Amino acid sequence: MKETPLSNCERRFVLRALQERKRLDGRQCYDYRNVRISFGPEHGCCVVELGKTRVLGQVSCELVPPKPNRATEGILFCNLELSPMAAPGFEPGRQTELLVKSNRLIERCLRNSKCIDTESLCVVAGEKVWQIRLDLHLLNHDGNIIDAASIAGIVALCHFRRPDVSVQGKEVTVYSPEERDPVPLSIHHMPICVSFAFFQQGTYLLVDPNEREERVMDGLLVIAMNKHREICTIQSSGGIMLLKDQVLRCSKITAVKVAEITELIQKALENDQKVRKEGGKFGFAESIPNKKITAFKMDSAAVDTNNVEEQAEEIITKADPPSEIFAKPILHTPGTAQIGEGIENAWGDLEESEKEEAAEEEGESSAAAFECQKIEDTSMMSEAKDEPIVLSDSEEEEVVILEPQEVPKKTRPQTTLKQESTSKKTFNKKRRKKRTSR
Amino acid sequence: AVMEAAGCSLRPFSCEQGLLSRPDGSAAFVQGDTSVLAGLYGPAEVKGSRESPDGATVEVLLRPKIGLPGVAERSREQFLRRTFEAVLLGALHPRPSITVPPQLLACCLNAACMGLLDAGLPLSSLFCGVTCALDAQGDIVLDPTA
Repeated sequence: MKETPLSNCERRFVLRALQERKRLDGRQCYDYRNVRISFGPEHGCCVVELGKTRVLGQVSCELVPPKPNRATEGILFCNLELSPMAAPGFEPGRQTELLVKSNRLIERCLRNSKCIDTESLCVVAGEKVWQIRLDLHLLNHDGNIIDAASIAGIVALCHFRRPDVSVQGKEVTVYSPEERDPVPLSIHHMPICVSFAFFQQGTYLLVDPNEREERVMDGLLVIAMNKHREICTIQSSGGIMLLKDQVLRCSKITAVKVAEITELIQKALENDQKVRKEGGKFGFAESIPNKKITAFKMDSAAVDTNNVEEQAEEIITKADPPSEIFAKPILHTPGTAQIGEGIENAWGDLEESEKEEAAEEEGESSAAAFECQKIEDTSMMSEAKDEPIVLSDSEEEEVVILEPQEVPKKTRPQTTLKQESTSKKTFNKKRRKKRTSR
Repeated sequence: AVMEAAGCSLRPFSCEQGLLSRPDGSAAFVQGDTSVLAGLYGPAEVKGSRESPDGATVEVLLRPKIGLPGVAERSREQFLRRTFEAVLLGALHPRPSITVPPQLLACCLNAACMGLLDAGLPLSSLFCGVTCALDAQGDIVLDPTA
């Protein structure tokens, strides 16, 4: 299936909002979305939700012969899969650039940072070692796959228990979970990726971009760090030029975020362990509320809505009312009306074209306005007609005039919110707009 | 064969719809310790090569939690696909995609049905799945655990 393209107005909207330092979900530029970690019934299975992005991580192990050049080390194998349910554009079997890039990054973050002690995975040197396989499935794509996947990966690895093994001479006994408790992996540190999205040629950055922001960003910087402030991996993509102090600033922010997330992970792991020990219900079954077939959960948005009414009123009273108001909506066919005439052909008349366009823009912005204002350059104004002009396709000379409407006072100094006449809006139109070129 | 009362009971199951924001329909179905997550896209345009003249084309993608999909997954995908094609009305092209922790086919069917409902695709009927096992004595056991 094809990915739905991002429309131009959506792109402009997001970029404009970012210029005004506003994010669509109300976050500040250094805020992360809510991270929720839940575990499955078996060890090594976890689901991480970063906002709406959801990643499932599953760890499994098996005994294999080791690599010839590393005979005493176990093997860690990471695989990130962009499940076709995550986004309409993800197809199975097609190696997209995103997939390759994300896989490589996760691999570098987890494997090259040596967060797992691979020496401890060795059972019989040169013959049998544990191969730990980490499968990450992206279930829902709402931006920032890499961070969510790195959190899911490290949590799954911390949660996993491998079977206990004992070696007597050449004999290797693998104990089943019933015989001996499984053993956790030995993990040195927890590297976590933090992504920064850059906008406006690298001058403005955001932490944890969501899907819309990712689509319009200029470039991406990913820093993987652990809580001891050691950088495990750093990657910049998108071809933007970053200054040295920007990168340093990002790394400081990363340190703070990683500390928070690591704490969250520790708490989640402890909780799960406690629940399991006490024999309570655990696993995905617990995450679904009881006695309900369908459940709708919505995270409350971080937008502060306390004083919305007062703020809105303030904004409306302070805002400048439009200086151009159209009195005559032009009716092309019954039931439709048009305010302004669209951008007209400016070839014939170059002088007036600028004023026309300015008038057009204001006309569009006043479409929703419900204030009237004294028009500033009244010099151009002569008597204003209030009747709508009906343009029909029949090219008749006669123009049908509907009921003339009353003109509200033009010299209202203050703007008011409420208006007596609600539906009919009367706009005064400048004389020169009445072109007979139609 | 006599069906024992204990064997007739199913494990407690539950379902949640609308978990995922991107797919048109999604559902998670949990039966005991088995859970299946299904996400659906549709109706959508069909690629030329896959177009079928007699109506609905359904593409099912089954992913096990551990490892890469293999032959068992393919056979289950075919099974699910035939079920959907029998039930879906009209010329549509939904794309169910199912992630399966342990591979229990009945659970997949139930999750897929709830997913189809959540996506709002027209169905001629609802369907569900129950696993039956025959043990050594020839007794039927419903909804066995792994």
